Amino acid sequence: MEPIVTETRAGWPLYEVFVRPRRGLNHVHVGSLHAPDDRMALLNARDLYTRRNEGVSLWVVRSDAITASTPDEQDPFFAPSGDKVYRHPTFYDIPEDVPHI
Amino acid sequence: MTATEATGLAEPGLEAHFDEVIAAEQRIEPRDWMPDAYRATLIRQIAQHAHSEIIGMQPEGNWLTRAPSLRRKAILLAKAQDEAGHGLYLYAAAETLGIDRSELTEKLISGRQKYSSIFNYPTLTFADVGVIGWLVDGAAICNQVPLCRCSYGPYARAMVRICKEESFHQRQGYELLMTLMRGTEAQRRMVQDAVDRWWWPSLMMFGPPDGDSPNSAQSMAWRIKRHSNDDLRQRFVDMTVPQAEHLGVTLPDPALRWNEGRGSWDFGEPDWSELKQVIKGQGPCNEQRVERRRAAHEDGAWVREAALAYAQKRRAERGADRD
Repeated sequence: MEPIVTETRAGWPLYEVFVRPRRGLNHVHVGSLHAPDDRMALLNARDLYTRRNEGVSLWVVRSDAITASTPDEQDPFFAPSGDKVYRHPTFYDIPEDVPHI
Repeated sequence: MTATEATGLAEPGLEAHFDEVIAAEQRIEPRDWMPDAYRATLIRQIAQHAHSEIIGMQPEGNWLTRAPSLRRKAILLAKAQDEAGHGLYLYAAAETLGIDRSELTEKLISGRQKYSSIFNYPTLTFADVGVIGWLVDGAAICNQVPLCRCSYGPYARAMVRICKEESFHQRQGYELLMTLMRGTEAQRRMVQDAVDRWWWPSLMMFGPPDGDSPNSAQSMAWRIKRHSNDDLRQRFVDMTVPQAEHLGVTLPDPALRWNEGRGSWDFGEPDWSELKQVIKGQGPCNEQRVERRRAAHEDGAWVREAALAYAQKRRAERGADRD
């Protein structure tokens, strides 16, 4: 049998979808989808990720436009913050009887 | 940069790190190093799951134009739309493993990847819509809730979304059946007939018995799977028996009886040869299901092409404007 039409393989790009669940919250990544262009990506994202009032605002961005760090926990990219305990409030000993600090 | 270069570890170190992440109940994410067999297992399982959602629209879609009321029709449409959504969440999860969705579609319609055997049975009456919601989606929920804690992050997250929506599916089915059971004698018979036909195939949804499920041990070690097929089947039976009593239907299993010692229901052995036949393609609707999916895919090709051509034209126009 002939291979099936594969026109979308090089065609519809992948988009990442971000939903703001309600006012006051950040947009959060919820998943991805394929669409031929930005507008269709937005419409598809609405139909796919907000069928039950999950959001009040949507972002879509082409996946290939995202710059990412390497994902691993052992990634040396995050090493600079690893040894700076003095950035945390609990690093400092303050007597119990000092109020409001 | 690949993960291998980033961490600077040789493969044994990577594998040890992978094992540690799994053992610590943390999640593996798309760009992490993972054993090839873990990746292949996930692609196979997620693809099969996605295909099941997509093919699963057909048995119920059979009743969309003949739903007995506008209310039932709107509910059934919403449910079919959810199934499409579930398929897409899952295809997106599979794609994070480096496979293309169009390749998965191709594998489905050329018969190289499977979907759940349950969808190869026909929906003969409208009561089947209710029984599918109650039993088939009920069994799916039993299978899927533990998958929300699957070790592969994108799959687990897709399952969280899916499980929330499946609850609507099961409840609408049960409510539909309660309505029929309050109706005429003929309607009650229709429900019982549907239960008689769907009960055993629903039990088969959990897969072959543990002794005959060669991949289970590895999947459990990888925390893809959390419970054995037989454990999940038992859990489903225990959940369903009281629901059947409440509904007033009889589950078609003479061996079904409460076992005080185990605190569970004993039940009969499904006909595993039937499951094998259906998986091999000899079920009542296998050909029809795949053919319809193929036709939808091929008939939709011009839409995909037109949308792409339009997008390219718009991009070219915008490029010309900027010059």
